[in-house]
Order: sequence, then structure tokens, then C-alpha cells
Amino acid sequence: MFSLESITNSIQTWLNNTFNPTIALLFECVIVGVLVISLFAVLGLVLVLMERKVSAYMQIRLGPNRVGPGGSLQTVADTLKLVVKEGLTPDGADKFLFNLAPFLVIIISMLVLAPIPFAKNFQILDINIGVLYVSAVSSVSVIGILMAGWASNNKYSLLGAMRSGAQIVSYELSAGLAVLSIVVLTGSLQLSDIIASQQNGWWIFKGHIPVIISFVIFIIAVTAETNRAPFDLAEAESELTAGFHTEYSGMKFALFFLAEYVNIFIVCSIGAILFLGGWMPLHIGNWNGFNHVMDYIPSSVWFIGKVFFLIFVIMWFRWTFPRLRIDQLLNLEWKYLLPISMLNLLLTTLITIMGWHF
Amino acid sequence: MFLKDYISDVFNATKSLLKGMRRTGYYFTHHKEIITQQYPEVKQALPERFRGEVVMPHDENNEHACTGCTACELACPNATIKIITKFDVTPDGKKKKALDTFVYHLELCTMCNLCVQACPTDAIKMAQTFEHSVYDRSRLTKKLNEPGSKIRAGVE
Amino acid sequence: MYRETQIIKHAQKASSNGGNLEEAGDLVINVGPQHPSTHGVLHLVITLHGETIKNVEPHLGYIHRSIEKMCESLSYRQFIYVTSRMDYLSSHINNHGCAMCVEKGLQVEIPPRAKVIRVLMDELTRLASHQLWWGAMAMDVGALTPFFHAFREREMINDIMEETCGARLTMNYMVPGGVMYDIHPNFQKRVKEFIEEFKKKIDEYDELVTGNIIFQNRMKGVGYLTKEDAISYGCTGPTARGSGVSCDIRKLYPYEVYDQVQFNEIIETDGDCFARYLVRMQEMRQSLSMVEQLIDNIPEGDFQAKTKAVLKLPKGEFYSKIETARGEFGVYIVSEGGTTPYRIKFRSPGFSNLSALNHMAKGYKIGDLVAIMGTLDLVIPDIDR
Repeated sequence: MFSLESITNSIQTWLNNTFNPTIALLFECVIVGVLVISLFAVLGLVLVLMERKVSAYMQIRLGPNRVGPGGSLQTVADTLKLVVKEGLTPDGADKFLFNLAPFLVIIISMLVLAPIPFAKNFQILDINIGVLYVSAVSSVSVIGILMAGWASNNKYSLLGAMRSGAQIVSYELSAGLAVLSIVVLTGSLQLSDIIASQQNGWWIFKGHIPVIISFVIFIIAVTAETNRAPFDLAEAESELTAGFHTEYSGMKFALFFLAEYVNIFIVCSIGAILFLGGWMPLHIGNWNGFNHVMDYIPSSVWFIGKVFFLIFVIMWFRWTFPRLRIDQLLNLEWKYLLPISMLNLLLTTLITIMGWHF
Repeated sequence: MFLKDYISDVFNATKSLLKGMRRTGYYFTHHKEIITQQYPEVKQALPERFRGEVVMPHDENNEHACTGCTACELACPNATIKIITKFDVTPDGKKKKALDTFVYHLELCTMCNLCVQACPTDAIKMAQTFEHSVYDRSRLTKKLNEPGSKIRAGVE
Repeated sequence: MYRETQIIKHAQKASSNGGNLEEAGDLVINVGPQHPSTHGVLHLVITLHGETIKNVEPHLGYIHRSIEKMCESLSYRQFIYVTSRMDYLSSHINNHGCAMCVEKGLQVEIPPRAKVIRVLMDELTRLASHQLWWGAMAMDVGALTPFFHAFREREMINDIMEETCGARLTMNYMVPGGVMYDIHPNFQKRVKEFIEEFKKKIDEYDELVTGNIIFQNRMKGVGYLTKEDAISYGCTGPTARGSGVSCDIRKLYPYEVYDQVQFNEIIETDGDCFARYLVRMQEMRQSLSMVEQLIDNIPEGDFQAKTKAVLKLPKGEFYSKIETARGEFGVYIVSEGGTTPYRIKFRSPGFSNLSALNHMAKGYKIGDLVAIMGTLDLVIPDIDR
């Protein structure tokens, strides 16, 4: 059976046998770095194309279909165009911060990739506080956005950045509480433990209604956290032209764009790990034949499939709903999502204590 | 009571959102609804009344029906048409006004059809072309009567 | 209530400040002339306090082509085509208004067939205009998909127009004395197809946007315009009818065959953005029913009255008004008896509707400004002329 675990193991054994441990570690770091960067490139290309195709079909049109078969190379062509474009820096801008911001944003999304298990025993670093790490690091990305908005010396950018700040800070709360309910059920912050606890069934199936509620809240909160419509107030096109990245062009703009999509991938993989069992195949009770067939599908395929399903749902939101207003956005968080998720957390705790979950 | 309103609010809101998502979901899965046409490959036939540009039809003997009466020039609101006339000598020795050059400035034309309506001899009509872009502006100034063409016999 | 106190506070501050509205901490933003939400080259200078709007000042003139002056040098047949370029979304209705004014001067009675064709074309244009507005409105508040759905149905109308009038947007189909050509043989069949199709699609519109909770929250309670204000700002059309003002020219001063068809004047009394939205949505259904009533009852006969080749209006002043998709469109011609008008004045609905923007948007958020502008249904060439 195809497995990424054996590949990584054989590489590690070979490196350790050939070089001394320090150099082997260095080599591993280089390999991981290259893999992460190439994952970024692939994700950017695939997700942008996916979004354009999804939006096109929802909008009864065909979408990109000229470059490459079925338009599959369209994003490559777009990237090429962005690379050769001049990267302008406005005159009144704070040049250092202006140029730093896109890199900060992209580095933060790279960091969050570290504890994510892409397949069975295939993750960069299995930290024992994985969930905490992810939610802590991902909230730093707001600094990059604020920096971009402030340094641009543009009023639209500033407004967009301020909106984004208010939005991300508030939605962190309910996203955190939603995540916490799974942590309560599992009793561990380690992502591999959380996945292992879903061996006999995903949390969304065996955790009763509270987990479903926290899943919905999680999806809403991360949509807001990644600045996606209907919560795309930071870059609300019809109000603020492009929000915090109004002044960016060329590759610096592309980095923001890439970071947006990578962030979606990250939050969706977190959602898949916590609620949909990560790389765990779908098992139904005692149907041994069915479970056996499911086991034959490689764990990486399971993981990618779940993540892309969630990404599709988030895209579906974007191409259906109008945008909220800033006060409505904060009302939704503080009046609806936060009380519900707090109550929900209590319920989950009760369920855990009484052992009512399957 | 308050709690009941709160819950029904949340429920109705979710329902309305799901309704919209069902609609877009329907279009996502039903590709036959797509209305886009692949333009350069598939060209839709334009209706015969479509106003693309003014042309002067010539028959197989290279003859047109324009008498050079300048009715179209007068009818045009933008000075798109400029008619240059000459004097032909008819077989019986009389001088007769005839068309020398029918100058048509496509860049000024708004396709309002007033010239075609004004023409007493139906010498000009609207063509169903629309791909008018050229690299050189001067190519938009056209001479509508073919070289060596003359007025069809019997058209007054 | 909060908003009112804010406005009063603000006004008091401004009066103590020598009328200067800006103060420390205010942000002055130029929205436009190139901005995604202004639908053209409208320039708004907005003063913000945080996210709250303190003042909106529209700057006009970016697309001023002096159409009124141009018309003075064009003959009565020629000047009609220029008016298509004013409110390009209801170009038919503009042409119709001008043709009506010229006919009034000439005292020509147009044949009944032409009257019905004109009304049919007007209503189809109104439908097309409202469809585009619906798509653009949804796009203004952030939903991008409805725009394409609206264009799908609008395309059907455009195809019908193309077949009969020869153009898709600036038709120039109305001429003094009637219409330029007879309707195309396919016209009735295609319009009936469109009616069947659109009846289904308009329910989809409601499903996708009208019922949506986010959309309703964005629209309700935003951009209030009271009945008195609507009248004093000179608002017309759906903008005023959303505030409870009865101002439909088709009902009040019926022209052509509007007194013979059954339709309701849609009036909503709420005066907020959602009321204006509902007025337009229901007007679409009304227009549809009007087209349905007339499409099988086009009388036989001429499509154009006999007029002279060169039109000369008698000395005097002529005014005619017509209900476009955006409101009352008036044409005022002063004639000295020559072949060209001495002076022409167009009363365009967009200009007066825009003048109420500052009043409506004050005290709301930036996002609301976009929604308010969307419900005003601004067409900038119509405002600037």
C-alpha cells in the first residue's frame, strides 16, 4: 500500500547512516524547507484555479479555459505576469514596513504548517501543544495586515487594516472556543493524539450536536479570520477598492494573495483534523468489509480530500453571500457566536464528564 | 420569550442562507446552464437588422445605386459621411451630377441608421460586422464606392 | 435614535466651528472618480469619523459632454440619438421622451401600432435596466454571483432588441412619428419565450438575494428618506416611491397606451434601502405583466406616421415627461421655428436622486454608503449629461 511514512523513514535512515546526526538534521531541514515552499507554490496554483473554476460554474460561465488543457495553466501564466510586473512603492509609504509586510504574512502561514499531519505519521513536527501553537501563531498574521495598511500611506488601506484587526481579534475567540470543545473531548493538545482519538469515528459523528455546532462556528470563524467573503471587510472591493493591499503590485501583491489561499488551506486542514478525523479513513461501526475498503485509500488522499471539501464549502460561501457591514460583523461575533460557543463548550464538557459520546 | 425569538432568528437566518447556497449549488452541478459562448471559435449569426457599419452594396457589374444626392450627409448627426461629387457627361451630351467618392468615417459613426433611412435609392445599408479594430486610425476612414464603379442604369 | 443625536451633535459642532465640518480625527476620502462602487466616473468626497460618514459631497462633471448644447446644433430627427448616451440603460425611454416632445410640437398623432410597440419596448428596457441594477446592487453589497445571473436574462432582452432595433444598447429606434422599423417577425415569439423564462428566474432572484438574511440586514434601516425629503429633493422614480411618494408618470399622466393596460404603481412607505429595493423588484413583475398584456394585442397598421423630411417645430416651448427606469425624465424644447431647437433642457432623474445622497448617507457607515448608492441606481452619464 502506498504510504508516505515509509518514504520519510527510508530517507531518514539513509541520511543518518551516511552522515553524522547534525549534518543529517541540517539536510532534513533543507528538504522540509524545499517541500514547504513547493507546497506553497502548488497550493497557490491549485487553489486559485479552483476558486476561479468554482466561481465560474456558480456564475454560469466557463472560467479560465485558454491556457493549457481546460485552463489548468492559467495561474502559472498569471504568476509569470505578476513576477515581471514592477513592484511599486508609494512615495509617502514607510518603505521598510511596506516591503516587510507581505513577507511577514507569508512567513506566518509557513510557520503554521509545521504541526499539520498530512498523512499517517507524516508531519514536520509533532508538538505536544499543536492546537495552541496553531491558534497562537495564526493570530499573528493580523500584524502583517496592520503593517501593510499602515505603511501604505493610503486611507483605504488604513481602514481595511483597522477593520481586519477588529475582525481577526474578535473571531479568534469563537474559533478558539470551538477548537477547545474538541480538546476537551480528546483531552490532548497534540494533533496526532486528536487524530488517534478518532480511530473509531470522526468527532463530528460521535460528538453529538455540540460538536456539530462547534464545527459550524469554527467554519464561520475561520472564514472571518482568513478575510474571506462574506467577511472580506478588510479588502471589501466595493467599499475600499482592495483594502489593505490597495497599494501593492507585482510579486508583493502575489504574496498577499498566496498567503490568503494558504491560510484557507491551513484553517481547513485544522478543521479536517479536529472534526473530520484528519487522515483517518471513514469507518462505519461494524461494517468490516466497508471499513476494509476505506483503509485501502491512502491516508494522504483522505486528508487532502477532506481539506478540499472544506475549502469548497468556504468558496461556496464566498460566491453566494453578500458582505456584512462592520458593525454587523462584530454583532454576529459578540452577540451570537461567542455566547453560543461558550454554552456549547459547557455542554461538551458535560458530555465528556458523563461519557455520553461514543 | 426572548430566548424563543433568539433561536427562531438564528434558525430563519440559517435557512435563508442555505436557500441561497442551494441555488448556487444547483448551478455549480448543472453545467448545461452555462451560457458563455467561446467567442472567436463560435460566432453567433447576427440578425439582419444589426447595425455594424455602413456599406454600399455593388452588384456583379460593379454598379451601385448612389446618385450623390447628399441626403445621407445631411441626415448624419456627426459628419460621418462626406460625399464628393463630379459631373458626368451623359450620352446625349448633358452634364449630370454623379458620385465621385463616398467617404465614410467609421471612427465617427454612432450607427444611428439615420443615413440609411434618409437614402432615397437604398444605395447604402448597414452591414453585420462588428470587429472594427485596426492598428492605424487612418484605416477607419473608408471609401465606400468601389474603384471604377458607376451608377446603376435606371436609378434616379 | 443614536443616529439623530449624532447628526444634531455634529451640526452643533459645525455651527460653532464656523460651518467647517472637518475636525481633528476626521478622515477625508475621495471615492472615485475611479472606484468599483461608483458605477462610473462619479467623484464623492466623503468625510469620515472612524467608519461613520459625516458628509458626502458629490463632485460632478467627469463625463460631461454638453449634450444639451450639442442638441442645439442638431435637427429634430438627429438629436434623438444623442439622448441614448445619457441614461444608457434606458436609452429607449429617453428616445421615446424626446420623440414625444417633438411630436407634441409637430402635433402629430402617432398610429396605434407604434404606440403599443413603443410601450412594449419601454417596458422591456425597464426590465433590462432593473435586471442590471439588481445585479449591480448585489455586487455593491458584496455578492458577485447575482450579477451574472442578472446578465443572463438581460441578454435575452438585448437579443430581442438587437433583432428588432438593430442595436443592443443605444437603439435609436424611436423617431418622431413612430418607430424606425416594424417589429421583427420573431419578436412576439421571442418575447413570449422571455416572459416564460423570466417568470421562473425572478423567483430565483428572490431566493438568492431578497430573502438572504445578510442582504436584508444590510438593507433594512439604512439610508432613510422621508416622504417630505423625497419631495423636497425632487426625487422621482423608485427612489421616491420607496418613500411613499406617488410619482409614477405612467399612472399620473398616462402617455401612449399606459391608460389601457393594467398595472399597479408600486409604493413602499418604509423609505429605507430595502423599500427601494422592493419597489424595483415588484416593478419588474409589473413590467412583465404589462408586456404580457400587450404582446398579443399589437394592433395592425402603420408603424410610423407620415412626417415631413425636414421637421420644423413652430415657435414656442414644449415639454414632455416620461417615466424612465430611474424616474421622471423631462424634455424641454424652446423652438424659434427653425429646424434645430433654440434651447434644449433635459430633466434627468439621476441628478435629483443623487442630490439626496448626502442627506441619506449621513450618520451611516461606509458600507451603507455603497448600499445607498446602489439603491439610488445611479447612471453617471445621466447625471452629468
